Amino acid sequence: MNDMTPLDIERIRKDFPIFGETVHGKRLTYLDSGASAQKPKVVLDAVHKAYAETYANVHRGVHYLSQQSTELYEGARKTVRAHLNAASLDEIIFTKNTTEAINLVADSFGRLALEPGDEILLSYLEHHSNIVPWQLAAEKAGATVKAVPIDENGEFLMEEYLKLLGPKTKIVAVTHISNAIGTIVPVKDVIRAAHDKGIPVLIDGSQAMPHMKVDVQELGADFYVFTGHKVFAPTGIGVLYGKSEWLEKMPPYQGGGDMINRVTFEKTTYATGHSKFEAGTPPIVQAIGLGTAIDYMNSVGFDKIAAHEQSLLAYATERLREINSVRIIGQARNKAAIVSFVMDGIHPHDIGTIVDQSGVAVRVGHHCAQPLMDFYDVPSTVRASFALYNNHEDIDALVASIQMVQEFFG
Amino acid sequence: MQDTLRELYQEVILDHSKHPRNFGRPETVTCEAHGYNPLCGDTIDVFLTLNENGLIEKAAFEGKGCAISMASASMLTELVKGKTADEAHALFRSFHDLVTGATEELGADEEAEKLMVLAGVKAFPMRVKCATLSWHALEAALKGNHEATTE
Repeated sequence: MNDMTPLDIERIRKDFPIFGETVHGKRLTYLDSGASAQKPKVVLDAVHKAYAETYANVHRGVHYLSQQSTELYEGARKTVRAHLNAASLDEIIFTKNTTEAINLVADSFGRLALEPGDEILLSYLEHHSNIVPWQLAAEKAGATVKAVPIDENGEFLMEEYLKLLGPKTKIVAVTHISNAIGTIVPVKDVIRAAHDKGIPVLIDGSQAMPHMKVDVQELGADFYVFTGHKVFAPTGIGVLYGKSEWLEKMPPYQGGGDMINRVTFEKTTYATGHSKFEAGTPPIVQAIGLGTAIDYMNSVGFDKIAAHEQSLLAYATERLREINSVRIIGQARNKAAIVSFVMDGIHPHDIGTIVDQSGVAVRVGHHCAQPLMDFYDVPSTVRASFALYNNHEDIDALVASIQMVQEFFG
Repeated sequence: MQDTLRELYQEVILDHSKHPRNFGRPETVTCEAHGYNPLCGDTIDVFLTLNENGLIEKAAFEGKGCAISMASASMLTELVKGKTADEAHALFRSFHDLVTGATEELGADEEAEKLMVLAGVKAFPMRVKCATLSWHALEAALKGNHEATTE
């Protein structure tokens, strides 16, 4: 387990068919994994096999294929439970993505617990998907949304958080890692402080899951959410981990098949456990793909992934700092391999278009984090986000293409 | 590769984006609109001064945006001057068709042919909204609306 030989990056890259492709006739430099990650062949094979060999609907057939499909789908739930170290399978709910998982909690927890005058505490680092669902829930309940500020480096301000955590706070929802600037939030401390006051905490793990091993019991999170497509799995699958003590009390989010115990026109009783929150035919094959992707990450090893990505982050930061016109946005002490930057007098969209012609894929825009952009007083940034398959050559290609941007606008 | 980029970022465009014409709110404004591109967060305000005959006497703008959106806005303010609302609208339609690749020619007056430098945008579908943001604001202002979005 503690094998600390470095990541065999060339072997890893061969696991991902996309790296056999070229873009505008150039080598693909994919630095947009923060938006969505590429897929290893094992995941594509698992998806293909599930459709080609064992496909049928789950949970309701007694026939052979339905049983096979159910076993694989529920097998994926077992993989997710073990990976997160959740206490029970009933604590793992499959959703469409992170956004749906947060909407589920905001709506259902909101109806259970929110009252007029209550407060929901977020932070300035949040993605819109961890802001807007809470605003909707707040509006319904007559509650208000507050946000923990950050400092110029992008650090979550713990002292301010402790001040904002008050008697009216009903739930805290913060990101584990900022999607826009990479700050790693000390979520364990965040959770402990909230729990001292009896307040539950939701952690948005979308950006954390591809980079680190998360143990929900060790963290103590009441809710932990992430999406499959950022961890090398298909789109259309996400996970909500919720402590049973909350899920048992919370009302259903959507009604439909599979989430009921008994339906009559007079009164319907609901299923228990995870089924209560999984109405309708679920994303069966996507879940199977997610299970395979998690196995893949574990086979590579999170210690190796983290060490490799930190070396990429250090190299990218160093190389970008050498370019005078580049200003890196967000320089937290603990950062994931995400580098956001702006260039003097050159708009991120122009940068994105020019580097794309060199085969370099970066994200330009507000990264669905407009309150954070407002804090830094920029409409948008360029973001290079790294994953286990990136190498130093990718960073050299990025830097060369940025130098070309400078020549263009020089 | 350089060719496609040079086609997009012609000198005229870089010049307009670095030194935008008619930048800033004029003293007299008849109508104005705020243009917003929710995809990138860019904003452009267009200000128009119309005379009693309904001719655009002055057009100006303010805002933050990429080279394409700034150059397009800057050129807009020069080109709609002296036009009626209908003429400005017609120019917007033909410009829109040009940058979306629906047409190769502008079919506009000689002065407006300057907009041909933005024809390179058609090779970059994701950038069409950058080129048309200020024009959407112009349309909104002429219709008496105060907000325009590219979505």
